[in-house]
Amino acid sequence: MSNAATTAPAPAAPPPVEKIRIKVDGRDIDVPKLMPDWQGKLVPTTMLQACQIAAQEVPHYCYHPKLPIAGNCRMCLVEFGTPVMDPATKKPVLNEDGSPKIARSVLPYEPQTPRGAIACATPISPGMEIYPSSPATKQMRESVLESLLINHPLDCPICDQAGECKLQEYSVQHGQAASRFVEPKVHKPKAVDLGPRIVLDDERCVLCTRCIRFTRDIAGDDALGIVNRGSYNTISAAPGKQFDNNYSLNTVDICPVGALTSKDFRFKMRVWFLKETKSVCTSCSTGCNITIGSRENVVHRFEPRDNDAVNASWMCDSGRLNYQWIGRADRLQDVLVKGVKSNWTQALGEIQTLLRNAAEGSVAIIASARQTTEELYLLRRLSVRVGALTDAVEREGEADRLLVSADRNPNSQGARLTGIAYTEIGISIPSIAGGIRSGRIRTLIVVGEDVTKAGIDAALLAKLDTLIVSDILPSATTAAAHYLLPGCAHAEKRGTFINGKGRVQKFLKAVEPRGDARPEWEFLAELAKALGAVEGFSTIEGLFNRMASELPALAGVEWAKLGDTGVTVPV
Amino acid sequence: MPQEQRLILKHADQPGYTPDIECYMRHGGYEALRKALATPGRDLPDGKKQTPREVIRDEVLKSGLRGRGGAGFSAGLKWSFVDRRSGKPIYLICNADESEPGTFKDRQILHKDPHQLVEGMIISCWANDVKLAYIYIRGEMPHAARLLNKALDEARAKGFLGKDILGSGTELEIHVHRGAGAYICGEETGLIESLEGKRPYPRIKPPYFPAVLGLYMCPTIVNNVETLCHVRHIVNMGGAEYAKLGTPNNTGTRIISLSGDVKNPGYFEVEVGKVTLGEVIYHENFGGGLKPGRTLKAIIPGGSSSKVLKAGEKFKLRKKGPDGQMVAVETDLLDLPYDFDSLQQAGTMSGSGAVIVMDDTREIVDVLANVSEFYAHESCGQCTPCREGALWMSKALHRMTTGGGRSQDADYLLHIAQNIQGRTICAFGEAAAWPVLSFVKKFKDDFVARGKADEEARAKGIVPASHH
Repeated sequence: MSNAATTAPAPAAPPPVEKIRIKVDGRDIDVPKLMPDWQGKLVPTTMLQACQIAAQEVPHYCYHPKLPIAGNCRMCLVEFGTPVMDPATKKPVLNEDGSPKIARSVLPYEPQTPRGAIACATPISPGMEIYPSSPATKQMRESVLESLLINHPLDCPICDQAGECKLQEYSVQHGQAASRFVEPKVHKPKAVDLGPRIVLDDERCVLCTRCIRFTRDIAGDDALGIVNRGSYNTISAAPGKQFDNNYSLNTVDICPVGALTSKDFRFKMRVWFLKETKSVCTSCSTGCNITIGSRENVVHRFEPRDNDAVNASWMCDSGRLNYQWIGRADRLQDVLVKGVKSNWTQALGEIQTLLRNAAEGSVAIIASARQTTEELYLLRRLSVRVGALTDAVEREGEADRLLVSADRNPNSQGARLTGIAYTEIGISIPSIAGGIRSGRIRTLIVVGEDVTKAGIDAALLAKLDTLIVSDILPSATTAAAHYLLPGCAHAEKRGTFINGKGRVQKFLKAVEPRGDARPEWEFLAELAKALGAVEGFSTIEGLFNRMASELPALAGVEWAKLGDTGVTVPV
Repeated sequence: MPQEQRLILKHADQPGYTPDIECYMRHGGYEALRKALATPGRDLPDGKKQTPREVIRDEVLKSGLRGRGGAGFSAGLKWSFVDRRSGKPIYLICNADESEPGTFKDRQILHKDPHQLVEGMIISCWANDVKLAYIYIRGEMPHAARLLNKALDEARAKGFLGKDILGSGTELEIHVHRGAGAYICGEETGLIESLEGKRPYPRIKPPYFPAVLGLYMCPTIVNNVETLCHVRHIVNMGGAEYAKLGTPNNTGTRIISLSGDVKNPGYFEVEVGKVTLGEVIYHENFGGGLKPGRTLKAIIPGGSSSKVLKAGEKFKLRKKGPDGQMVAVETDLLDLPYDFDSLQQAGTMSGSGAVIVMDDTREIVDVLANVSEFYAHESCGQCTPCREGALWMSKALHRMTTGGGRSQDADYLLHIAQNIQGRTICAFGEAAAWPVLSFVKKFKDDFVARGKADEEARAKGIVPASHH
């Protein structure tokens, strides 16, 4: 049995972190001497990190915590000072009041002018003073913003980035109202087709090179670069090449302005109308954390959400775009009993009677590893109650070196940990097929799979007395169902998935289900309770906590402890 | 009497002197290398021992040699910063990307006496444990690149390069790399990026100081052509003897490139600080004075990026008085000694040693428009202030030279330039901003008058000739 979080000995206290005392805007603060760089390696803490700890935001465009530092935008320039050292004694020189004397950094050739340092790349040192709010710092920001805006098209009303644009935000926070610029602007290519999913507006680009660094250093595809020179610099894919790797849309997320836009999303929706819901991608067992952007019950986009234990700040394009089906017109929305529109009371009542009277071993359950852990748990409880054989359906693809896992089910570990499936998912399906063929299995419950594509064809299904199916889209299996129970996409319900590495992650509801469709956990709970298979909860939180208290692997885990980024359990 | 003191260019212009190795060796070539390789180690008064290589490095430090590329930084100190404990190879790069407008000194060496550079490099590499070195030469000097490759072949054939240099057991290979023609490739970290096959975007410092994280992230020395040639003479003469050339803290000789409105433009090698700016321009041994009937208007003293000096300006120079105390001495522009420190005290720099003279026929606004256009064209565009500011200034000046001037343009230009200097990744920001800052501050009347004249013309309905 795996060691449970509640019974495990308290972890040894981490080694003390060496701290440095500095001043940020006049306030003393102790910050770690070393902090993680973009690859997680401990390196000397930068001024920007120190200011973050001091809750002083330092504006920036090119800096991104998950990318190598470029230092090109100059937006994070801050005025600073360092203690004056006596060259003879190597000790700090003190003011009359006993405080250390600070030498403000100035231009070497013009000592009356403050010299800023880029906070993103400048390490702190003991006694350093950083002035993120000083007049000189503010003036530096103002002038960088002015420079960024002189050749910018200022087309916010038709720009997709409007509302989540750092150029807009910083202009309001740090900019000046008017520009002195009276010269003709530089014109650059518009609506450049950079690849199958990306459109580039070079005039909006601030040349921060985040996209270049992302695709080179994270995606491992050195696809983008800069051509031309000076103010005419232009982002470009290699000549004759498409920017088409499976991570290309991350560049749209990290583009601080409206230069890179997603063909899928552009011109579709003003971002300030979008409701943001924390969720998890279901396209493979990696379980990238996402934010669902929806409005008026329509899902408009998935974006990656930071989780260093899973996906850092990224997700693959195929997972990101795997949402359109949620709004498909042929989504199942009616409860059907033998092909006739029915209602939940009637259907569940009949199923309950049927299962109560079913002979031991005459029922089998095939549950998708795309169902939530709670749903799989309820199905497992039901299977124990009626003595049913269970399994899930394997879904294999090709893995890549970054985020895409070969296991394309989002919850294979949930299927295993709840006991729905063995380590080798789908190993029992031939036995189930054999049971149907021999007439021993008379009732089959299928949740979220088209079993005709998984070894139980339509002819075999026709041998059953009762086929109970819950799904969200029509298939050959739903067509053969005696009881069809419309379920929910994950965006329409709450629950958890357990990713390939054992990360238990919850997701929240973004949009309402269609028609009569209900979250599977709700009607499965009704059924299981009616059959006496479970008890003692009424909410998803209660269900999860109940399940966690029963499953050894989830011992000590609670819904409330999952937070936004989940908890890792041994698998 | 001020005169040339030729050390580097001693033979270059002698009749019959050719760039091949035989000629070079007939004139004492590669003797300094033999001397360096035979240098014994020595004991210092404090009991420490110096290896032969440390001795050479120490001599270079003692010589007071300052970099001839533009910054004037102590060559010996630069060498001392090299990380020698990293376990990584140390590289040396000769910066032969001579591109500062007005500068044409390195090309004299490269075309007329390439072996002098090769010998200087071999000694410098040996002294710094460098086994692989590069000459980064600007693309616009194809003939010099050919000559250098020939010189390297000749040196290799003589055993001065290769696996076992003159039987000393040390190895060195030198490669010539031609740039593709960008001013920014002369910036040492831009040069390194270019040499690595990338866009020559200068690196941020910290952390990418070449002495620690240079070429291929290994410790790297980048020295100018002229600087490396001096190493040969330091070895020949000894550091202390070399330091007697020139003036204290401004030792040795350097080559001045004189251009503009003088009778006799050209290059002149002088002892640093022994010749004044006025002598460079007016003395018959140098510029020979202005053209007949002209008066001096301005001098750009150290390449186009250095701050302009206005005729008639006076400066306070700190000098050691007779009692040993430092005193401020008022000095006329033309009496400024042409050295690193005096020009720095005059608020400008001797930079690459390029003196550009402007007489009263020059329109200052047009001169600055020309200079600014160069920097707008050459800004690499990596960082915001320079990328946007350099073109902004150039556009404003272009407007001023085509009838679109405004009386407030002087302040407008100062505002742009002030927001560039000190805020960029590399010193190109200063190079672009300083001409504007100095021209506009010192000749503000010219800019205001031009703007006012344009405003009046426009008020009368005269449309600028070219206004876009």
